[in-house]
Amino acid sequence: MSEHILSVHDLDVNEGQIPREDWFESSDTLQHLRKNKRFPTIWCSGCGIGVVMGSLIRAIESLGLENNNVALVAGIGCTARMPVYMDYNTLHTTHGRALAFATGLKIARPDMKIIAIMGDGDAMAIGGNHFIHAARRNIGITALVVNNSIYGMTGGQQSPTTPLDMRATTAPYGNIEPPFPICDLASAAGATYVARSTVYHPLELDKYLAQAISNDGFSLVEAVSYCHTTYGRINKLGSAADMMRVLKENSISKSAYDKLSDEEREFNTKTVRGVLHTKKRPEYTKVYGTLVDRVHEEAIKPRNYGGH
Amino acid sequence: MTIKLMQGNEAIAMGSLAAGCRFYAGYPITPSTEVAEIMSRELPRVGGKFIQMEDEIASMAAIIGGSVGGLKSMTATSGPGFSLMQENIGYAAMAEIPCVVVNVQRLGPSTGQPTAASQGDVMQARWGTHGDHQIIVLSPISVAQSFELAVKAFNFSEKYRTPVILLTDEIIGHMREPIELPDFDTVEKVERVVTDSPADYKAFRNEPGDVPPMASFGLGYRYHITGLFHDEVGFPTQRLDEIDPWLERVNRKIENNTDDILLYQKDYQPGARTAILSYGATARTARHAMKQLRAKGQKVSLFTAQTLWPFPEKAVEELADSVERIIVPEMNMGQLALEVERMAGRKKVVRVNRANGEMVTPDMILEAAEN
Repeated sequence: MSEHILSVHDLDVNEGQIPREDWFESSDTLQHLRKNKRFPTIWCSGCGIGVVMGSLIRAIESLGLENNNVALVAGIGCTARMPVYMDYNTLHTTHGRALAFATGLKIARPDMKIIAIMGDGDAMAIGGNHFIHAARRNIGITALVVNNSIYGMTGGQQSPTTPLDMRATTAPYGNIEPPFPICDLASAAGATYVARSTVYHPLELDKYLAQAISNDGFSLVEAVSYCHTTYGRINKLGSAADMMRVLKENSISKSAYDKLSDEEREFNTKTVRGVLHTKKRPEYTKVYGTLVDRVHEEAIKPRNYGGH
Repeated sequence: MTIKLMQGNEAIAMGSLAAGCRFYAGYPITPSTEVAEIMSRELPRVGGKFIQMEDEIASMAAIIGGSVGGLKSMTATSGPGFSLMQENIGYAAMAEIPCVVVNVQRLGPSTGQPTAASQGDVMQARWGTHGDHQIIVLSPISVAQSFELAVKAFNFSEKYRTPVILLTDEIIGHMREPIELPDFDTVEKVERVVTDSPADYKAFRNEPGDVPPMASFGLGYRYHITGLFHDEVGFPTQRLDEIDPWLERVNRKIENNTDDILLYQKDYQPGARTAILSYGATARTARHAMKQLRAKGQKVSLFTAQTLWPFPEKAVEELADSVERIIVPEMNMGQLALEVERMAGRKKVVRVNRANGEMVTPDMILEAAEN
């Protein structure tokens, strides 16, 4: 880890360092992978999703959570395959519905930490409705959206976050639809913690995920990634390393962004990394608990039938 | 025990509570909405949870999530919502998650006639989701039976780890009848029991027994649930030697237990050449027609099905053997009649259909019986 990166992220030199020789024996992160699962993963070599998986494990571990008390709920797509490799309660659901399944699970087990893992197509297109309503309720779920601007698993079709003019197999002449700003959408819909970073900045992701999971209500972490296999190839963006370099060069920390002049901000095209939004608001399952208490306090006895 | 006058929809809510339902997620739709309203009122009183979701897809997803979290879970809907739920009903079948879906049938297709009755979803309840799968579908003929079958639906869903469809209709749902409500504590309930240690636990084991015990999340059994074909511990697989045993087991767990699952009543007359086979609201018409025919001196047998799926093949085959023809009145263009025809061999199956939102009348059945 270069001195420069550590200083940018305000990190100690020893943080996040995993000695290569101890990788399999003593890595705490790897202890949270399922040893009975046939590796390697389904992801292409060079994919950014594995970086996010590492960050998620380190974030959970840093909070000292019991694995039994953590559930990962995923939809469909490359990103949604993440939970199967990880040693928690894992629920791989249907396309777009991770947050709806997670809502039921959270209501049944408000004591558990629930993390919904989705890609951009999963969360923003087919699952867009569930996304805004989970945020509106401020239900205690962390939404982790890995945004690679494309449908990877089906072979590179345009997604709701594909930038304008970029090509996809279903946008062969360039994308004409403006992309969804995921973090803005979450903030506007009612999320109480919203942060973004990229897979070039895993230590930031570690930190933001830990904060998101600690937040009582609905949290969103957007992990900006890339798909060199589909999006990169059709748009001639080079290798995984080339695309990783773009994440480094074409992103700006929130603190640096805040120092820009109004004019500079208006014309900023770089991805802003940081905690973008927080708000104090009661969490849904706790509010429901209060409602139950109120019903009991008012001494309305449970009855077989409301015969009045 | 108390005697109450209530609607079919209300009886379903009461039966669900009696069976131990502690989570309801749903979306308002006529003519099922009373179930949601009553559950929103009653669940907090018994320590349960209610949520109104953003649509029926989310409702179905949420009850699966709730069930995975350890709560007996249900939703209620009608045709258009039932259509939206289909993908996740298939998920529940694939992942073997117990849950109950109430469909108070209304006239379709599409928006159709929301306040008119229908039995148009008989085939959708069986085959609405993609792929081959087993499912249990129960259909009540009265308010009292709405209560009883709601209890059965929850118990079957837990016992066989499967979604169960409670397929009622606008007439039974909105009709008021007196009902003897039992003390809920005395109602038989099937609960989840897992005796294996987490190290030995296989959520989808193929033996012993055809129904592997279900461990809820958060109890120390950390395992994977997926809608992909999976091996015995839940990991995705493409291996035929793992897919085939799973397929055989999930079919077996229903097919080998039809003695328990198939609910029907037989009111047969020796020497009868005509039988009437019916279900749901139409069974009430059929009973009336039967009485009139018998009063006129015509011998007639009556078969009333509560379990529509799996279809009571053997019982209907035996009925066909004993009569010359089976009259099948339905508020659709002939759906369960297809199954009756399949089992009737060379015997005649007479369809009596009405799909305009009105009930089949006794006269329509009498006309068929007297021709």
